Amino acid sequence: MSGYSITDPTRRQKWIAGTLVVLYALITIMPLLWIFMTGFKSPVDAIAYPPKVTFQPTLEGYVNLFTTRTRVAPEQLAALPPPETWYEAIVRNRNMVIAGPSRYGQRFLNSVIIGFGSTFLSVFLGTLAAYAFSRFRVPLKDDLLFFILSTRMMPPIAVAIPIFLMFRTLGLSDTHLGMILLYTAVNISLAVWLLKGFIDEIPREYEEAALIDGYTRFQAFYKVVLPQAATGIASTAIFCLVFAWNEYAFAVLLTSGNAQTAPPFIPTIIGVGGQDWPAVAAGATIFLLPVMIFTILLRKHLLRGITFGAVRK
Amino acid sequence: MAEIVIRNLRKDFGDFNAVEASSFTVQDGEFFMLLGPSGCGKTTTLRMIAGLEMPTSGQILIDGEDVTGKPASERDIAFVFQMFALYPHMNVRRNISYPLISQGMPREAVRKKVAEVAAILGIADILDRPVGGLSGGDRQRVALGRAIVRDPKAFMMDEPLGALDAEFREHMAEELRALHDRMNATTVYVTHDQLEAMQMGDKIVVMNHGVIEQFGTPQDIYDKPATQFVAEFIGSPPMSFLPFSGTVAAGAGSVELEGVELPVPQLREGARGDLVFGVRPEHVRLSDSARYRARVLATEYLGTTQIVTLESPNGVLKARIASDQPVTVEQTVGLEFNARTISLFERKTGRALVSELNEGVLKNG
Repeated sequence: MSGYSITDPTRRQKWIAGTLVVLYALITIMPLLWIFMTGFKSPVDAIAYPPKVTFQPTLEGYVNLFTTRTRVAPEQLAALPPPETWYEAIVRNRNMVIAGPSRYGQRFLNSVIIGFGSTFLSVFLGTLAAYAFSRFRVPLKDDLLFFILSTRMMPPIAVAIPIFLMFRTLGLSDTHLGMILLYTAVNISLAVWLLKGFIDEIPREYEEAALIDGYTRFQAFYKVVLPQAATGIASTAIFCLVFAWNEYAFAVLLTSGNAQTAPPFIPTIIGVGGQDWPAVAAGATIFLLPVMIFTILLRKHLLRGITFGAVRK
Repeated sequence: MAEIVIRNLRKDFGDFNAVEASSFTVQDGEFFMLLGPSGCGKTTTLRMIAGLEMPTSGQILIDGEDVTGKPASERDIAFVFQMFALYPHMNVRRNISYPLISQGMPREAVRKKVAEVAAILGIADILDRPVGGLSGGDRQRVALGRAIVRDPKAFMMDEPLGALDAEFREHMAEELRALHDRMNATTVYVTHDQLEAMQMGDKIVVMNHGVIEQFGTPQDIYDKPATQFVAEFIGSPPMSFLPFSGTVAAGAGSVELEGVELPVPQLREGARGDLVFGVRPEHVRLSDSARYRARVLATEYLGTTQIVTLESPNGVLKARIASDQPVTVEQTVGLEFNARTISLFERKTGRALVSELNEGVLKNG
């Protein structure tokens, strides 16, 4: 028996590797699980010590997340007609009535508009630029590519103040367009470089065949190159979306009311009517869902994307 | 179907000259081979004819029409790529029908035409398969199907057999030639394989370093090479060269090597200095009485014939003789050459001297 083999592990090696992976997965998933559970706890259970693992689940956190409430005196509460909905009933239990919807829904919508908007723009522009860099003789090609890459050579937040001033002058502060442009500017270099790698791998002959078959250059790009680049486009889109969705610093700096995204909003829930951890956890859980769904939908592409080009066919 | 005329076609990539002012004509219905070693400019020439590469200067006429500045899509030409370049996200049927769809042909007509082409190529049973799992030969047939479905003016083929197994290549070459004969389509075919070129082509252009060395029928190119490069590139084993120094006059019918008069085709031009005596292995006979002597270095048995490597006073040469003729290594033998087939070259330029043999076919470039 020879010592170690990666392709043909022994039972013991498999067992150890499996245990390590499961352990790592548990450690990673624990905070997420905790947030998910906290979202369904009552405020008392959420801060109980020692922490509770089993508890009576309630939707109070979610109700609090989506509503604003006012406290009323017990005698006033008794005078009101019985609650019409289940969430009204939950709120009444705390001696409160619903005053109106919270701003979470709108902030979440902002995140969707800005996140997906900038992702679409980054991938759209990135694909066109990458195709041009990959296929045509662009003057100063290498310098331009280096310039595009150089925009990623320092943390974006390092230029926060110039961007803040620029946005104020241009009237882009606290607008959806401003945030979309900003996130696109940050993501575009990643998109161009990633996609250029993918498009470089697609043989030119496919397009040339299409050109010969009577299609224009654009039709050849659209009908032959794009389907081939789907994997690259999908994984680039995930990277772009994850950045734009999670971005916090610029969102705090440049948005306040109109275009504020969910990340800067969620912490502000804490201040509304005491330390409402279940509402914060509920907000975080809902905020996680779109990226999770997006990633799960595209995970096949993502896996292929990461290993793409690693193996020469 | 169409005649293709190439006039002074030139292509530069930056400082690099890929194709030097080339001119030739592909007759209507001809199977035309562009032959040469890799990097000789043959593929670039083909791509210029197809419109995938724009020439630096020169003219391309297809069917009398100047298409030099036209994009590929307007030239009505089909192209078969070396790696086939089948659209990987489409099945066989869609691959073949793709050129028809671009013309806006009605669906029913497309179906009929694709079925017809599939029947010709014997791929009717795989029409609904994805192209990913096909064998090399079937991919080749699908690529051909995509080319012929449109009834284009001409076919361009860039080493279409290069990606196939050796044994299958032979079979496919026959199939290709049969297909050509059936459709009588003007075909320009690029290859680096001289056997393939000889086997399939009506005419061959031999290129080297962007320059056309010779243009003619396979027989002419084999028997009457215009340059030493052609003589060496064509034939297996290639022509043997015996360098010598001397003077030959126009009208002379022999040259002198090491004091031995060797008859050659009557020369139409004179030359002096460093020359080369070129002879194909099958035109060398071993004869005890011959005065030009050589020593046997090695023999290779090939079934009906054997190749004998000989060392003569002017250098090493090969002879192809019947395999039953006894030859032993180290033996010294006399050599006789078939005088009508001898080519003489200038050593410096590699150019063949004009003689009775080749005066009709020598047109360079």
